[in-house]
Amino acid sequence: MDGAVPLFRMEGISKRYGGVRALEKAELSVTPGSIHAVLGENGAGKSTLIKVMAGVVAPDEGRMMLDGSEVTFASPAAANQAGIVCIFQELSLVPELSVADNIVISDPPKRFGMIDRKAQRRIAEEALARAGAADIHPLALVKDLPLSRRQMVEIAKALARKPRILILDEATSALTAADVAKIFGVLKRLRSEGLALLYISHRMNEIAELADQCTVFRNGRNVASYKAGSKSDNEVVELMIGREYSHIFPPKPVRAPATAAPVLEARKLSWTDRLDNISLTVGAGEVVGLGGLDGQGQRELLLAFFGVLRGLSGQILIDGKPVAIASPAAARGDRIGMALIPEDRKTEGLMLPMTVRENLSFAALDRLSRAGIIDRAAEQRLIDDMVGLLAIKTAGLDIPVGALSGGNQQKVVIAKWLMRQPRIILLNDPTRGIDVGTKQELYQLMRKLADQGAAILFYSTDYDELIGCCDRVLVLYDGAVKRELVGPEITERALIASALNIHGEEMPVSLGADA
Amino acid sequence: MKDWRYWLAEQRGTLLAFGIFIVMFTIYTSNHPAGFTANVVQTASNKGVLLAFVAMAQTLVVITAGIDLSVGMIFTLTNCLASWLVIGTGIETAFGVVAVLGTGLLCGAINGAIVIYGRLQPIVATIATGAVYFGIALLLRPFPGGSVNEDLADALTGRLFGVVPASLVVLLAVVLLVWVPFSRSVLGRAAYAAGSSEMAAYMSGVPIRRGKFAAYALGGLLAAIGGLFLTFFTYTGDAAYASGNAYTLFSIAAVVLGGVSLFGGKGSAIGAIFGALAFRTIGDLLFVFDFDPLWQPLFQGVILLIAVSLGAFALFRVRNRLEWFL
Repeated sequence: MDGAVPLFRMEGISKRYGGVRALEKAELSVTPGSIHAVLGENGAGKSTLIKVMAGVVAPDEGRMMLDGSEVTFASPAAANQAGIVCIFQELSLVPELSVADNIVISDPPKRFGMIDRKAQRRIAEEALARAGAADIHPLALVKDLPLSRRQMVEIAKALARKPRILILDEATSALTAADVAKIFGVLKRLRSEGLALLYISHRMNEIAELADQCTVFRNGRNVASYKAGSKSDNEVVELMIGREYSHIFPPKPVRAPATAAPVLEARKLSWTDRLDNISLTVGAGEVVGLGGLDGQGQRELLLAFFGVLRGLSGQILIDGKPVAIASPAAARGDRIGMALIPEDRKTEGLMLPMTVRENLSFAALDRLSRAGIIDRAAEQRLIDDMVGLLAIKTAGLDIPVGALSGGNQQKVVIAKWLMRQPRIILLNDPTRGIDVGTKQELYQLMRKLADQGAAILFYSTDYDELIGCCDRVLVLYDGAVKRELVGPEITERALIASALNIHGEEMPVSLGADA
Repeated sequence: MKDWRYWLAEQRGTLLAFGIFIVMFTIYTSNHPAGFTANVVQTASNKGVLLAFVAMAQTLVVITAGIDLSVGMIFTLTNCLASWLVIGTGIETAFGVVAVLGTGLLCGAINGAIVIYGRLQPIVATIATGAVYFGIALLLRPFPGGSVNEDLADALTGRLFGVVPASLVVLLAVVLLVWVPFSRSVLGRAAYAAGSSEMAAYMSGVPIRRGKFAAYALGGLLAAIGGLFLTFFTYTGDAAYASGNAYTLFSIAAVVLGGVSLFGGKGSAIGAIFGALAFRTIGDLLFVFDFDPLWQPLFQGVILLIAVSLGAFALFRVRNRLEWFL
């Protein structure tokens, strides 16, 4: 492939979100007639990169060249026009429209100014056939299709747009094995027809089968490009890690194996196709991590414990006794004493326009009131305690919580739940988008709560955090626990390998020196 | 081929509304002292068509996941305007009709511009513009009055060939000239797509803004056709606040009865038309059964509650409770 003229080139692309660097002088070029795989761990910048390519996000600096001349895309429509079509991880289908409507949505065939339904039907049938999904009826509504079929429609929709560059972002994550095989056939045919394909996947075996060229991203930069097959899985993982390990974590206690009954236990929890036979225990004073790639069921598992999911099968035990948790209100009640620090603090954790005081006391109002009347003095005492404990920096208790910084908002969410003195604390990626200083405080707090006897279940997309904070880590893959790592076994290498579902035994010992 | 099953699923709301209407109307005419005669049908259709136009207007906006609380006021404003302009010679009358319809279109366009480009919530924006439209109507007609070209009025509220109500023919023509082209155009599809999932539509490069704008503007036009018919029906213009508000609320009821989802992206104006006709017939039923007219709002409210509750059954199937709040 060397020497071939690149069809599309990105040079020095940078993008920041607030203080977070998503891309830092990233480079990428794609050549016609090849499949280019992009690899990297969670948050390495892959998603931002393709969003820039597809016109969803405008880069802060850098330039993009198509056929040797510079281009900018103001919208996804502009990128489409230039022949760049992206199949996004979050589906871009309109649920209430039919499959055929969706396939032609960007540029429907017209006759007398109206949409030509016959032509639309024909185009849709052709595209579905090309994608190997002729079993899908063009008149079916997208919302009635299961996820794997929708993904096939998404691919057919992309093909109907006659792309020159096709980007697939985790496009196979929702597919069945049979569909994956079909799609691979389609992709190889497209390659032979001269398309440039950009393939983002966490599945190493898929990349090994498909890719001609690979580029590894880390911390927003492309750190290596190599010909597919020229590096072993281990070398690739090594390239993906390569971060400095920061010593901001409190020391872990040396623990004897737990003898007491676990505070929180799950037995064979399953829910739709997202949770698959999960069993786990969390003891008092223990911090148990949930690892794995984004979206492998970690969030659903926490919601299951917190009484949000219906139709859950399996058993949840508190203090060794089976319980049915019917709602978040039941979960937080005194008998169970559970708290969930949600992932999206803006929608699930806080009422942004309301004051710090109101937000803090929401979850504990029943404890602070007598006969429905709030005991203001008791409320104030508890709030003062919490603001002190968490060192929340605010201009006052009566300003809207939305005016605080992200880190301090997150502290308010946590404080709100600590006001109930929960025995079981579930954390859903609590440090996302907050500054390092606050992160460090949260790590200390987590350990302190554990030392006081709380049982903590902690999901994080940041491997450093799992390594630094957890006594044990359960790695989830496809809704099931793939591996349990205990104490010194928790290394970045082991986490990534099991997250990618590569067997840890294949990892050479010489690489395991960073724990 | 099972194409027809997909068609059936798509038209379910419309067919249900059609069914409700047929049942109601059969009960109504079979208990009417005069029975199923051309006269009874003509009166019913003239009354029903007014709400049908306003409900169509509401449908267009609701499809985009918005709501237009000013439809009733556009209806009132154009009624008052028509009572000044739709009069005189043939040319003058024609000019008047064009001016009235143009005013409706403009009102809708203003709503659309404020919602789409001003990024205001539809509910707030249209409460405000509705008040403005009513204010103008009041200036035009501080007291009920005015007149209309009676030849035209009688022709459009009368009967064709002695049997077919002319107002129904006009309604059909409007469906064919406004609704069908819109629903099959790229703009119409953009309106549906924006209502169903604005983010997915944006990612797919759909002209969301133009689609929504067209929906609001055409909504204004349809409300103005309703206002015009009100003038033909009453021969006067009347800036009646209560009547304008009632039409706004009834239009929402009709839309829901007609199977149009208030969450957007789903439903058809044809369903809303049958929803409107059914809703009107519910009110008329009380008269043939000699109920006190005082019972009418209560009765209409109960029927509406039952109809709307049918749509809530889907919530029982939700397995992640957080989806209740999406």
